[in-house]
Amino acid sequence: MTAVLTRRPGLSKIRTARSPLFLVCFGFVALVTAAALLATWVVPYDPNTVDLGNALAGPTPEHLLGVDAAGRDTLSRLLLGARTSLLGPLGVVVFSTLAGVAVGMTAAWRGGWLDSVLSRSTELVFAFPGMLLAILIISIHGEGLLAPVIALSIAYLPYVSRLTRSLVLAERERPYVSAYQVQGHSALQICLRHILPNIAPVVLAQSTINFGYALMDLASLSFLGLGVPALTPDWGRMVFDGQTAIQHGYPLSAILPCVLIVLTVVAFNVVGERWADRVARRDR
Amino acid sequence: MSFLRFAARRVAEMAATLLAASFVVFGAMYLAPGSPAGFLLSGRSASPEAVAAIKAQYHLDDPFFVRYLSWLGDVVQGDFGRSITYRTDVSRLLADRLPITLLLVAMALVVVAVIGLLLGCIGAVRGGATDSTILVGTTFAVGTPSFVAAVLLQGLFAVKLGWFPSSGAGDGFGDMLWHLTLPALALALYLIGLLARVTRSAMLEALDSEHVTVARSRGVPERQVVYRHVLRNSLGTILTTGGLIISTLLVCTILVETAFSIGGIGQLLELATTTKDFPTVQAISLIIVALFMTVNLIVDLLLPLVDPRITLGSRSTSV
Amino acid sequence: MNPPMNAPMNPVPTLDIQGLHITLPGTARPVLDGVDLHVAAGETVALVGESGSGKTLTSRSALNLLPPGAVVDGAVRVSGQDVLTMNADQLRAVRTSTVAMIFQDPRAALNPLRRIGDFLTESVTLTRSMGQADATARATELLQAVGLDDSALHKYPGQVSGGMLQRVMIAAALMGDPVLLLADEPTTALDVTTQAEVIALLAELRERFGTGLLFVTHDLDLAAAISDRVYVMYAGRIVESGPAEVLFAQPRHPYTSALLASTPRLDAPQGRLAAIDGQPPDLRQELHGCPFAARCPLATEICDQQIPEALPAPGLPHHQAACHHTDRLEGSPVDA
Repeated sequence: MTAVLTRRPGLSKIRTARSPLFLVCFGFVALVTAAALLATWVVPYDPNTVDLGNALAGPTPEHLLGVDAAGRDTLSRLLLGARTSLLGPLGVVVFSTLAGVAVGMTAAWRGGWLDSVLSRSTELVFAFPGMLLAILIISIHGEGLLAPVIALSIAYLPYVSRLTRSLVLAERERPYVSAYQVQGHSALQICLRHILPNIAPVVLAQSTINFGYALMDLASLSFLGLGVPALTPDWGRMVFDGQTAIQHGYPLSAILPCVLIVLTVVAFNVVGERWADRVARRDR
Repeated sequence: MSFLRFAARRVAEMAATLLAASFVVFGAMYLAPGSPAGFLLSGRSASPEAVAAIKAQYHLDDPFFVRYLSWLGDVVQGDFGRSITYRTDVSRLLADRLPITLLLVAMALVVVAVIGLLLGCIGAVRGGATDSTILVGTTFAVGTPSFVAAVLLQGLFAVKLGWFPSSGAGDGFGDMLWHLTLPALALALYLIGLLARVTRSAMLEALDSEHVTVARSRGVPERQVVYRHVLRNSLGTILTTGGLIISTLLVCTILVETAFSIGGIGQLLELATTTKDFPTVQAISLIIVALFMTVNLIVDLLLPLVDPRITLGSRSTSV
Repeated sequence: MNPPMNAPMNPVPTLDIQGLHITLPGTARPVLDGVDLHVAAGETVALVGESGSGKTLTSRSALNLLPPGAVVDGAVRVSGQDVLTMNADQLRAVRTSTVAMIFQDPRAALNPLRRIGDFLTESVTLTRSMGQADATARATELLQAVGLDDSALHKYPGQVSGGMLQRVMIAAALMGDPVLLLADEPTTALDVTTQAEVIALLAELRERFGTGLLFVTHDLDLAAAISDRVYVMYAGRIVESGPAEVLFAQPRHPYTSALLASTPRLDAPQGRLAAIDGQPPDLRQELHGCPFAARCPLATEICDQQIPEALPAPGLPHHQAACHHTDRLEGSPVDA
């Protein structure tokens, strides 16, 4: 599930101003972020306290969302899981955005052979779905959070760099750039101080959309047991851990993280799409 | 530009990208710390024979480029080396496991094509509440990773209701279809959402064009307007998602086959990754990348048939 | 021969629009506000106005081709039958064989992915009013009539020029042998030399096939050259109508005279070109009086308060103008 289309089409209708769906999604993004930031202080239990005698119990006043197969409190794991589940995609987005902007800007500004080399490598990376690239690197480096984040950053980089390149090419044509050049500003200065602020909204909208995809990819890797280490609370990992419980008819500890993953991805997508839409409208 | 020249250029481009991809897949193992032989055998008893076999397979005593070329020569002949975990030829493993994966992917593809296109068309043509419902539905579909779909379908239809088996691939064709129904649906869900949205927005764009109004003004029945002018003009856009759909399907079989314990190449890739069976990972990665590019190539070659403007030279994007 | 326009008319006009009001969502006043217009059989009528005056919508109403959400009041009769109240089948019959439209931009009007032959025949074959072989034969014949040969049948729109495409468009309009052609600025998208050819072709074919023609344009000279009668439209209303030569020689509405004064002419005496000051009224703004009042040099208090009615000129019942001060214009065009 790589970031597929630069802009996912077809959301225009539910993205209209003040649509309830957008507000709900925005609220959900805020809620999940708050949970990730405050989790350490609000969790009722240590996420790794094992209570086998109480395994798979349903919701009780002590454990509001029940416990998993090892007797660990689901609510605590979900709250702390928000942290890893959001931190990973954040790393992917930050790295791919920074590197992508640098690459795209260089390609657009320098042009020539550098541009062709970068465009060719972009095409090459497009041939590798993000998950596949991650798996290739994990098979070499072993499991953990770092390898997948780096791999996905590389996989998502072309989406940002291609966008940046086209934006910078368009921006270069505008008269203010030659005005600065005539005044003797260096290329780097013009790029960083004048072009970058102008293209930032569009690039950031793309990155927000990439966030949802990165979350899906990282959760998928955790589900395969290839992402975060075993004891770390993480939504994908919780689904992996809860699979046996589902087979035995106790689905709660696996279904809750599933629901959270879907809601978070949808919320980020709707927010990002709307942002992209607003930016696009302003440009017109 | 004649079609032949167009085709020749596309084929050459694909060959070049594929070559580069094979280089990435081969070169990746040099990113590992330590010697390649040490990496390839990591964690396993390094009997002298095993070391010799690995060295022979990867030509580890030769200079880097010679190694790469020899390996590539073997791969082109279908020899992907020996699996370290299974102690057998990777090509054998693949031959055993590819059919079930291809069946699964084919089933999912049919579901994606039929339901995705249908939902996209209905949404674009009907509009109103139907369209909004489809939009919200597809928004959730593209936000659902395949493993979530797999786990939820399994929990509901296999464990709770018992309508379908919860794991395995079954024996005999009918049994296999029955076993693969839930996995195929899990695999299809995300792409149904994707294809429905691509179809919907392509059709909305086509519906907006003047020639559709003209066709209506000339009394062409609405069904025919949709079929001849809207759907027909959206076909190019829909087709270009083909490569993406195939590669997404193949990659997501890793998740779905693992969740449903189906012994296809997806599950094999997952096992190979956890056991650091690098030759197997290499082979499957290459196959996925090659299939993606092949489908893209086919799409590129089909596009001029769908859109005469492509070989006519003026590649205007307006439909 | 077609009936001359002042003779007792064919009791059933080809197109008869009466009291047409159209309101679109999001506007404060109707886009069309009581339009009356008719085209007799075989007659050529020009509908002149600025962009946004509602002339395109008026012509499209003859095919009941209205934007979504339009609220319509009034009657649009084609050969005596109201297209606004027709069911889908009746409407399709009108669109295939009674009324045909020639659109502004032939590049946009033809599907770039289908062959020209397919475009020509689709309307008649899909509604089963003609078989494929007959349709192709007729298409070939009409292509020759517009000066093209049948090799065009197998070409894609991208392979021929804009002027040729507009000829194809005209041929396509004649496929169903219509009694009325609607031409919506058919030459605006073409270059100047092609424009003249297309206009000449249109006039010739109209005569040869005996169809009525409603010619929508913003070009007064063109309207004068081609038409028997002229309607001048402003802000959704017909402000003046009458026989072409009379209307241009003696405009009875200040808008018409201002339009005439702002048209560049080679034969005119030296002097500055008089642009009309101000803008047409915004659709988001309600109107209580004459829509032209704000820009009119003759406007008085009554113009802002009362909508002028269309009244005939003394002795010329077919020359009508909707102006409170038409008597002050009598005789000479105003110097704006």
